[in-house]
Amino acid sequence: MIKVNGIDIEADGTVFADKTVAEYLSTTNYDCKRIAVEKNGDIVPKAKYAETLLAEGDSLEVVSFVGGG
Amino acid sequence: MVSREEMLKALVIRQGAENVAKLQAATVAVCGLGGLGSNVSISLARAGVGKLILIDFDCVDVTNLHRQQYKASQVGVAKAVALPENLREIAPYLQIEAHEVRISEENVLELVGKADVVCEAFDNAESKAMLVNAVLEHNAELPAEKQQFLVAASGMAGFGDANSIQTRRVSKKFYMCGDGVSDVNNGIGLVAPRVMACAAHEAQTVVRLICGMDGLAKVPEHIEEPPRQARGT
Repeated sequence: MIKVNGIDIEADGTVFADKTVAEYLSTTNYDCKRIAVEKNGDIVPKAKYAETLLAEGDSLEVVSFVGGG
Repeated sequence: MVSREEMLKALVIRQGAENVAKLQAATVAVCGLGGLGSNVSISLARAGVGKLILIDFDCVDVTNLHRQQYKASQVGVAKAVALPENLREIAPYLQIEAHEVRISEENVLELVGKADVVCEAFDNAESKAMLVNAVLEHNAELPAEKQQFLVAASGMAGFGDANSIQTRRVSKKFYMCGDGVSDVNNGIGLVAPRVMACAAHEAQTVVRLICGMDGLAKVPEHIEEPPRQARGT
């Protein structure tokens, strides 16, 4: 199981193990300029989305920002 | 004028000597001095934070006055000039380092690097993400005791009720305030009390972190760290 924001993203049978963070994000509506991604509590640097591999048991937090302040 | 000693004594009565000492020793960087940042700064100044690093490139505009802590007489003045003027009337012994500059990936660490807590208070979503990524990526290179706390905000536009504004601990050093979804770009406007509620969430989280309490009384399950003793709760 791989979780994003507490939800199992493999529940529908899609396998994300050995896929990269960038590959996962490309399946979502997230705007990469407006997010921060943490994997197992550590920030994933923006420059490393395309080389950071997901593995069984990983937990991602994708924080997405909206405008206003 | 009220003396420094009188003001500190009054703060100690309300907040306790130990907490006031910690707040006085703390430096907070407030990034963006609009609806969030101007309100956060005033709350932190009143709470006795010793030093504020205030950063904004913009000038006070008439469209800011409905929710930001400026006066009609300050329209056209740089926010990095106007806010210190207002803060000095409230907290004359507060140390202020003001920067009239746009924060970018190039200058961000130089501007906020010395702060104990970084408070993200921009209005633009991409700027928010830039700052959060920069601070967290820098933290990852530092030993735990040198890492900065980061308090950010997202989602406080519109007329929604104030109860939907919340504080969430994302990871060990990173807290998010707001409802997470109410985007000003959806044409729902910005209303002073709701923005102020979010600013108050940010400021209270900053105060709690400086005083050695967790930003939240309850640590979320996904963070593997026992809660520290929360004093005064």
